[in-house]
Amino acid sequence: MEQRITKSRSCLRNATSTIAFVVLFALVGFGHDWLAGQQTLDLPAQLEQREENRVRLIREAMQACVCIFGDGGQGGGSGVVVSKDGYALTNYHVVQSCGSFMKCSMPDGVLYDAVIVGIDPTGDVALIKLLGKDSFPAAKIADSDTVQQGDACFAVGNPFLLATDFQPSVSWGIVSGTHRYQYPSGTLLEYTDCIQTDAAINPGNSGGALFNENGELIGINGRGSFEKRGRVNVGVGYAISMNQINLFYDFLLSGQIVDHATMGATVETNTDGHVVVSNILESSEAFQNGIRYNDRIVAFANRKITSVNQFKNILGIYPKGYRVPIVYERDGEKKVVRVRLDGVHGVQELTDLVQGSKQTKPVLAPTKNEAKDENPYAELYAFRRGYANYQFNVGMRRATWSYFLEHGDFTKNHWTWRLKGVSGQGQPVEIALSDDGSGIKIDNQAFVLDLKEDLATQLVPADSRGLLLALHLWRKILTLGPEKFGDVRYFGSIEVQRAKPGASEQAHVLEATEGVVKIRLFFSKSDYRLIGMEMTPDAGTLSCEISFGDYRHDKDLLVPSSIGWIDSNGAAQAIQLKTIEFLKEAK
Amino acid sequence: MTRSTLRKVVCGYLAICLYIVVADAIAIQQIQSSNTATRTAGPRMVKIVGSGGLKGLEPYQSGFTISEDGYILTAWSYVLDADNVSVTLDDGQEFVGKLRGYDPLTEIAVLKIEARGLDFFDLGRIDRAKTGQTVYAFSNLFNIAAGDEAVSVQKGVVAAVSKLQARRGAYDVPYTGDVYVVDAMTNNPGAAGGALTDRTGALLGVLGKEVRDRRNNTWLNYAIPIEAIASSVDDIVTGKKVIASPKATDRVVPREPMTLELLGFKLVPSIVGRTPPFVDSVARDSAAALAGLQPDDLIVEINGQLTPTQSDVFKWLKVIDRDAEFTLTIDRKNKFEKLQLKLGQ
Repeated sequence: MEQRITKSRSCLRNATSTIAFVVLFALVGFGHDWLAGQQTLDLPAQLEQREENRVRLIREAMQACVCIFGDGGQGGGSGVVVSKDGYALTNYHVVQSCGSFMKCSMPDGVLYDAVIVGIDPTGDVALIKLLGKDSFPAAKIADSDTVQQGDACFAVGNPFLLATDFQPSVSWGIVSGTHRYQYPSGTLLEYTDCIQTDAAINPGNSGGALFNENGELIGINGRGSFEKRGRVNVGVGYAISMNQINLFYDFLLSGQIVDHATMGATVETNTDGHVVVSNILESSEAFQNGIRYNDRIVAFANRKITSVNQFKNILGIYPKGYRVPIVYERDGEKKVVRVRLDGVHGVQELTDLVQGSKQTKPVLAPTKNEAKDENPYAELYAFRRGYANYQFNVGMRRATWSYFLEHGDFTKNHWTWRLKGVSGQGQPVEIALSDDGSGIKIDNQAFVLDLKEDLATQLVPADSRGLLLALHLWRKILTLGPEKFGDVRYFGSIEVQRAKPGASEQAHVLEATEGVVKIRLFFSKSDYRLIGMEMTPDAGTLSCEISFGDYRHDKDLLVPSSIGWIDSNGAAQAIQLKTIEFLKEAK
Repeated sequence: MTRSTLRKVVCGYLAICLYIVVADAIAIQQIQSSNTATRTAGPRMVKIVGSGGLKGLEPYQSGFTISEDGYILTAWSYVLDADNVSVTLDDGQEFVGKLRGYDPLTEIAVLKIEARGLDFFDLGRIDRAKTGQTVYAFSNLFNIAAGDEAVSVQKGVVAAVSKLQARRGAYDVPYTGDVYVVDAMTNNPGAAGGALTDRTGALLGVLGKEVRDRRNNTWLNYAIPIEAIASSVDDIVTGKKVIASPKATDRVVPREPMTLELLGFKLVPSIVGRTPPFVDSVARDSAAALAGLQPDDLIVEINGQLTPTQSDVFKWLKVIDRDAEFTLTIDRKNKFEKLQLKLGQ
């Protein structure tokens, strides 16, 4: 017994000296990296705390991550919940193979049903809604323009569809590059202004979250450079930036197949290294606003342009229909124009690409099984050509209009409206708007709208781009409401100019069509007042842009005291309204 | 345990504690400034575009500045096999790069652009990497960046400092010294010539060309240490080892110069202007045969002068007297050999 104890003591002594030797050796030979890796040694408190913090942030961020499995086991990928009511972002190419309904697992161990909401096929983004619960854990969203090359980041997702236990995988890396442009692969997918990372992005990670080291969402992973290495990660993955997705978010939320924007022109770098227009469509707003071949593009949407890639990057983050300022230079002279961007695809073209042409079976239509009563969520999906899920467009349209009605319901005032005020020239102005016809007296001239004739050609007063027609339709939709007006849809939210020069505001947009004439109504995102509208008489004709301001209470209605518009010379014009009367006897 | 050993142990323990505190402070500082490498190395990286473009041969690679006045270090490859090699700096300025020289053994090349006032990596300072060390790889892999866009950066650790020779046959590389094997996917199309740095952005190595294990199809991610190339870069920059130019051959031409016919071998047919000098056939019992020259050998140097093309071979043979002995460096299956040739033996 005694002997054994002695023996073990000597063993202990030997062990102690060995450990001391190893530690000393580590100090001399291997440096701190090695030392920190030893389990037997205590980590410095600060490092340990930092590491604990990192693990905690990853665990928290993971809670919002979903693994997507197609209904019936077809396809799958990743996603991330971005709002408490269950809206989750993923890639279009993930939902493309899943149909209108899918199954989503979350780290809480529950498999949720989800329905398709909106898609952006060009940007490879899709919005889905998780169902069956009122409150979901949602990711915190960061301003992705603050992301810098070299920042730590991590990806969470379902690589190789491994998450059969519903627990997503995490891969850690750094931001390898920012504002990257990746050419379209195939016909549709174009990644612009995206974030490049060396965090492992593999098949199945598509649609999953890329977080910064604070656990805030900076992008949606969706693509990698693979080429000859086969379809596995080679240290180059790309994430669609959250700032791009934010611009598309309301468009997606309203069940649409959203298109990206084009300037209607191509650009190239000239011998001076400037980015110049190499081709321009005469039908584009850019052309109509004066931009011509060989003009230098100095700035686009308030960002300086130094390369073609950069131009494509900036253009690529905008949805169709967005209006942006463009600074161009010709013969040393700079000019600023605000241009409404057209779609990359024709409406029909994009619908055909996504849903097949009319003759073929729609891709995103419900399958026969889904249509049966066995799907308790069947009523959340409505098929309509040109929409990913028309049900959500109806929802957004109704919601926008009902918030607007809180400022007063004009449908009770469906008689002739008489507006009186003064013009910018100090002259009296009188406007009469009714179902039978409308007229305006301004600056000692009178104009009348003949409803029996083609409306698109009656753009009066002169140089107003159709102010009277715009106001006529303004009254019409306010008195009828969107349901009775006809074809009205929720369009999205965009930045619009306020009456004050230079001021702009985010607004929900409803788009209504009357024959060939289109109007877009802008409702402030903050309080749903009607802050402006736009009337496009015909495709290829410049729009009449109107702003409504200085709202005042008139009994139970909120009415504007000023109407501003941009004339055909690009100058701002305005009418100060003194009275608005609703004449019962005129009907 | 004696008293003196106890004292030693206590002292050792105190030293360890002190080390941990200091190292801790350093480590925290390093973590907090994780973008230091990017800020330091990024502005020194260049994008290179040259010949290629056929399937599997990308016409682009990476490089970095090594002097204030426009010397660029990059990988020696077919991309540089063009009359107009374009070099784009980090700020988007584009220059024509002139090939100044290359080292066939380490497969690096030096270009020169007409620029001044550049930020650069100083090869006079040699940093070495250790196994387990955190490293950053900067390169324009997949040609992602254009113009003034920053090249890509990836992070990893040095997995091993090792010779690729141990796996000879698996990896086709002529270089036989140590390489830094990196655990990150650094060696992709276009990454060759990129920089491997430490956390502070100090240069550790040059990213090598893509190499693949023939048997299991895996790709190796590695960099060649700066210490292995610094002297040959210096030789190129200082003009000791430059590509034959009219000036370099402006020597006394012997009355009876050396010719291929006299030596007894032929080169492969010269199809393009830059056909590499591969040996096609060697006459039996000729001087070339006796020296050990074989068909398919690639002539890399004649008397230490680089011979990238067949015309370089003719240029340098012309300045050798037919009675003189000279050295021929050849590349035989990625192994370099020096052969001594003399007529009439």
